[in-house]
Amino acid sequence: MNERFWITEESVRVDDVVCLVTRREAGAINTFIGTVREFTNGKKTLFLEYQAYKSMAEKKLRQIGDEIKQKWPEAETAIVHRVGRLDISDIAVIIAVSTPHRNDSYEASRYAIERIKEIVPIWKKEHWEDGEEWIGNQKQTLQGVPAREESE
Amino acid sequence: MNQLLFFAELKDKVGSESVKLDVSGKTVLEVKSMVNDTYGVNKISESMVAINEEFVTKETIIQKNDTIAFIPPVSGG
Repeated sequence: MNERFWITEESVRVDDVVCLVTRREAGAINTFIGTVREFTNGKKTLFLEYQAYKSMAEKKLRQIGDEIKQKWPEAETAIVHRVGRLDISDIAVIIAVSTPHRNDSYEASRYAIERIKEIVPIWKKEHWEDGEEWIGNQKQTLQGVPAREESE
Repeated sequence: MNQLLFFAELKDKVGSESVKLDVSGKTVLEVKSMVNDTYGVNKISESMVAINEEFVTKETIIQKNDTIAFIPPVSGG
């Protein structure tokens, strides 16, 4: 079977992710596409640089797939995240979830992107006309461990 | 021997993604403090820590050959 959770330095295509979850049992395929935004809080971004702890990031993406399977047993998920230099409007992340019925695909897709922002070791650096900065906008951490992992 | 991994801002400050150092027997918190003393990266206090690619608590004791990764607040997506 093709790997369905991966990090790449190449540009990514929606079709390549969607085809991994396309199947006869599905009545819905929800896709989330995260792109590079030009303005954040009024400040103009020239380009972004993404960095990952690749082996762990892929492991954590697979974990998100497992969590989705627990919550929505009929869902199939595929996720790719790009790293390196990305220009405005480039695709940074693609999530595809297929389910028999639409509601689960929306919910599981939303769950996946929120979990990425909690447990997957990927960072972005914003480059502006007058500087650059690594962004750490994670919602919460508990003594060195992401909140939801502490209880496992 | 252990491998210490740094990412994002920590990597820039330390000047390297990977450092070899024997820290077995120490707790995660002790290693953080040691790294801060050596490299002056006080932001390490707010980073998560993964040992062999799994998140751990600050009380966890490092074993021989463990890979310790310091994970600043993530910003993927």
